[in-house]
Amino acid sequence: MKITPLKITVEGLELAFGDLPVLDGVSFDVAPGEFVSILGPSGCGKSTLFGVLAGLVEPDRGRVLVDGAPAGRETFGYMPQKDLLFPWRTVLDNTTLGLEVAGMRRREARDRARDLFGPFGLAGFERSRPAELSGGMRQRAALLRTVVQDREVLLLDEPFGALDSLTRTAMQEWLEEVRGRFGWTVLLITHDIREAVFLSDRVLVLSPRPAHVAREVRIDLPRPREVGVLTDPAFAAAEAELLDTLRGGTRL
Amino acid sequence: MTRADRVLAEPGSPPPALPGRAGRSPARRPARGRVSLLRRAAPPVLVVLLLLAAWQWAVTALAVRPQVLPSPLRVVEQGWAFRDVLWANTLPTLQVTAVGFAVSLAVGWALAVVVDFSPWLRRALVPLLVASQTLPIIAIAPLMIIWFGFGLLPKVLVIALVTFFPIAVGLIEGFSRADPEASNLLRSMGGGRWAEFRYVRLPGALPSFFTALRIAITYAVTGAIFAEYVGARAGLGIYMAQQKNSFRTDLVLAAVGVTALVSVALFGLTYLVERVVAPWIRGARR
Repeated sequence: MKITPLKITVEGLELAFGDLPVLDGVSFDVAPGEFVSILGPSGCGKSTLFGVLAGLVEPDRGRVLVDGAPAGRETFGYMPQKDLLFPWRTVLDNTTLGLEVAGMRRREARDRARDLFGPFGLAGFERSRPAELSGGMRQRAALLRTVVQDREVLLLDEPFGALDSLTRTAMQEWLEEVRGRFGWTVLLITHDIREAVFLSDRVLVLSPRPAHVAREVRIDLPRPREVGVLTDPAFAAAEAELLDTLRGGTRL
Repeated sequence: MTRADRVLAEPGSPPPALPGRAGRSPARRPARGRVSLLRRAAPPVLVVLLLLAAWQWAVTALAVRPQVLPSPLRVVEQGWAFRDVLWANTLPTLQVTAVGFAVSLAVGWALAVVVDFSPWLRRALVPLLVASQTLPIIAIAPLMIIWFGFGLLPKVLVIALVTFFPIAVGLIEGFSRADPEASNLLRSMGGGRWAEFRYVRLPGALPSFFTALRIAITYAVTGAIFAEYVGARAGLGIYMAQQKNSFRTDLVLAAVGVTALVSVALFGLTYLVERVVAPWIRGARR
């Protein structure tokens, strides 16, 4: 269901909130089908960066390109930290929100979203209320709401941050599996080094605020990845390298 | 006396069924809803009955003249005897209340939506809304009669003036309680201010709207009575005024009783409407 993804280029993004510089020349690119994680100390501007990509905040300088042309708001599918499932909508109608906002007929939108309920482990919960879902299911519903919009790149802002560690691990495995199946291009913000290494092709480490890309680590582990990969020496090496970078960059 | 006996018997009967721990066993679960309803209803009913009994006793023991203070039994008795007249006066009051409240809802919604879309109008209007509530109704209502006569209009205006404020404020606050991140989500989906209003702010405001509705509806009946008291052709308000002038304190109090019943019924009705319009609120409040 994914259209051919395009190459995304982020060039020299700069942004200040008043006197407070937040982004200081953030540049990177994302290849089609690539999974890139963004790690960085708390408050370094990760979520602001996503705000710029999602078209919610105008940068002071710099640009975002899709295959050389300026990206529009419809390039990125944004999944915020909170699931933001609305209690007044059923789970199915929550997942069709983006399509409805884009003007699609409700019936068509429902048909499209319904097709994904199986792969997302939500089959049978179409008519439930969000309050009836577990934490992991709520996150999957929120991700479904993002994915069904069929955007070039998914922006996932700490999607598993609020889950307990068992559920989180299960969700990471699940995400690795479905992403491989659908071939999504993903940008993920996370605090969790292990999560970043497990899921990513590349990990970008941001500096403390004002943020720029301080380091880029390529994760050369075979896919599809399963929990066994956690004990791979290459995995441990990547984790150690990222931890070192983060520590070195954090002024305590 | 038989009715009082029957009512009095009720608070006595629940205790055997009451113990909460027994109710937790699965076999007893179906009875639980009824038990908790009785449990909730019993204290206020008991208190009211005690007060009425004390009142009855005091009036009899002190031999108070009924023109000054009739006994509760006399109020019920006379109210029943004059039920036709009471009903004939209840209908116009209900009508005025309905029209006035409809106007109030329309005005309240319109103001709240306008204020939600325009920060400038918010700054301009909200102080005026507050100021409107400082108007002494007791002085305004007679003026309304002078300006607009004895018809529907002055009463509708009084009711609207008393009740639009909680509705408007409840909605304005409900709208602005929307999660800013939900607004961001809508914008990332390509939605504008209208989409944000329709998909986030409007449904999100419904819980506080219904709370406001309950406050407003209790004012509405009192507002209608007050407007009628000042001058009307028919209605519970003018009926009370007339009976007071002929020293029929018992009938004044009977009309007061009817007013209370109507208010409680309308209050209950708001829950019904909520259940139909926004059934999710019940689940979300739990």
